[in-house]
Amino acid sequence: MLNISDLQARVESKEILRGINLEVKPGEVHAIMGPNGSGKSTLASVLAGRDTFEVTGGTVDFNGKDLLELAPEERAAEGIFLAFQYPIEIPGVTTINFLKTAINQIRKYKGEDPLDAAQFLKLMKEKAKTVKIDDQLLRRSLNEGFSGGEKKRNEIFQMAMLEPTLAILDETDSGLDIDALRIVADGVNQLRSPERSFIVVTHYQRLLDYIVPDYVHVLYNGRIVKSGTKELALELEEKGYDWIKAEADAVSA
Amino acid sequence: MSIQAKLELEFDTIQKNLNGKAGLEYNKIRTNAFENFKKLGIPTTKNEEWKYSSLKGLDKYEYAIGSKGTVSDGQLNQLPFANLEAIQLVFVNGIFTKELSSATLNDKIKVLTFQEAETVIPELLNEYYGKSLDLEKEGLSALNVALSKEGVVIHVPDNQILETPVVIRHINDVTAENIKNSVHHLTVVGRNSEVKMAEIFQNIGEESGFTNIVTEIFVEKDAKVDYYKIQDENDESFHVGTTQVTQKDKSYFYAATFTLNGGFVRNNLNLVLDGEYIESHMFGLYIPNEKQHIDNHTLVDHQKPNCESNELYKGILDGKSKGVFNGKIFVRQDAQKTNAYQNCRNVILSDSASMNTKPQLEIWADDVKCSHGTTTGKLDDDAIFYMQSRGIPKAEAIKLQLVAFAEDVFSELKWEALKEELDVLITKKLQ
Repeated sequence: MLNISDLQARVESKEILRGINLEVKPGEVHAIMGPNGSGKSTLASVLAGRDTFEVTGGTVDFNGKDLLELAPEERAAEGIFLAFQYPIEIPGVTTINFLKTAINQIRKYKGEDPLDAAQFLKLMKEKAKTVKIDDQLLRRSLNEGFSGGEKKRNEIFQMAMLEPTLAILDETDSGLDIDALRIVADGVNQLRSPERSFIVVTHYQRLLDYIVPDYVHVLYNGRIVKSGTKELALELEEKGYDWIKAEADAVSA
Repeated sequence: MSIQAKLELEFDTIQKNLNGKAGLEYNKIRTNAFENFKKLGIPTTKNEEWKYSSLKGLDKYEYAIGSKGTVSDGQLNQLPFANLEAIQLVFVNGIFTKELSSATLNDKIKVLTFQEAETVIPELLNEYYGKSLDLEKEGLSALNVALSKEGVVIHVPDNQILETPVVIRHINDVTAENIKNSVHHLTVVGRNSEVKMAEIFQNIGEESGFTNIVTEIFVEKDAKVDYYKIQDENDESFHVGTTQVTQKDKSYFYAATFTLNGGFVRNNLNLVLDGEYIESHMFGLYIPNEKQHIDNHTLVDHQKPNCESNELYKGILDGKSKGVFNGKIFVRQDAQKTNAYQNCRNVILSDSASMNTKPQLEIWADDVKCSHGTTTGKLDDDAIFYMQSRGIPKAEAIKLQLVAFAEDVFSELKWEALKEELDVLITKKLQ
């Protein structure tokens, strides 16, 4: 599904990704962990197409397409979804209106007819129930004045509506208390399926108690320096990142 | 011939044709007004009030006067706002055109042309015409009073509601030549009465139209007026307009000014709050692109206690366009317990567009609540990326954001048919 090979990216003159290699198959959940500043969020942003980062090398193949050639909206239409670490507030645009526009633009991209108001509302009600989000919230301006938990839940709701094949969660756990975390994780788990893959970017292991990954990768200095299964996350929780840094620094020295 | 010499000739011709009405008060003020204009001239950027808005561009054009144009019914109906349900009064090149207009109203409530008003209600003209203007300072208002012989006169006596709105459409036919006009409207709304009116400015053709217009509105005690001004002219056009409003006790006045297109636009909206417990609203939206220049000068003069004024202007500027906002709020010494709010927000879409904003609050009373704010910024890149990441193409994301940005200017707009037409035009302009 997703094949990242030797991906390099920088912001201005600062190199952030220095050769990422990663393969994600349908239905898999990959966790990307790592210390602050290791490049985790950059990787998520680059995959979604944020142009503040300049890709300087490598390739990303997504279901046979050269992902790096596509505009962000085309990536979304192809099935990539990024749940933002800091969802943006957009005054004056309701979540409903926003998602209706998004869904119909994606349908247009795929050559499908737009959903009419009734079809859209039906879909919305169904998905709102799945991720347990309040209807009233969706009638308000997108994320405006939402609590941290409400914003993250809205991200998951949007994911449910757009039904991506690859969902990238960028530090979805940051700023959430344990109850909010559980609700968000429940939403994600509901959406797991053999066709849908996830990349879960997180600093802490605790999210992975609820969203159990198939693989765990540790990013450090712009490279994946260690990969393993969910046990690796537990080891990191126990021992911190210092031993990984030491190992990696020894190799590159 | 110089512009000045031509205007003198025009004035002399008008004076000669007053036919025995020269002695009436509303005509007597014209001579004085013209003397003022000769002293003041067409404003230059040396005038503090015109610092950022130069009318020098006018020199490029030769303007014809009194040319009737040839706008057909068909052409008129093709223009936006043609289908608004209203008493539609149409001025082509500044001249009332009966064939294109609804019937005027000469009932208890009067909606008349200026010529009709001269016969039917000359006493109203004597009492009000030109009376609210500061002809000593505003050269172009003085010029308008000196030269205007066209316009609409609305008189709603006490305790009457005009159920049908009045839409005054100004259409410059600039297919063949450059046109200049001086129209002057007068609206007097009696106690406990109501009126809804719109002024719409459009043109046909590619040449230049120069509109110098004045609208005087008197809102008596407990009266209510909704006033709309919509401008959608070509890039060669010049528009200088003054809307002068006088409000009495407990009256309500709402103004919304939408400038969709125009070469040079200067709108003066002046509210004198001469009473207590008055409520006033001023909303504005301007969306210039190319080399367009749009200047909104507003003034709210709080003269008595316990009044509230609320102002929100928003601009979206693209290309090499320039915007100007000057918002004056005066709170006189007597005007205790005044609430006055002003806000002007702008989005600049290109590197070459610019916006000058100047809030000007002068407060002599001590127990007042006043606030003002202006912001000018770019579109939020993070928000655009956020939308893109959900599958919305960039151009669509920008449009969605701009429409959202403009939305709160519409919050008090309660004329659905008008709003729908505006939505279409705004969306088209933002493409």
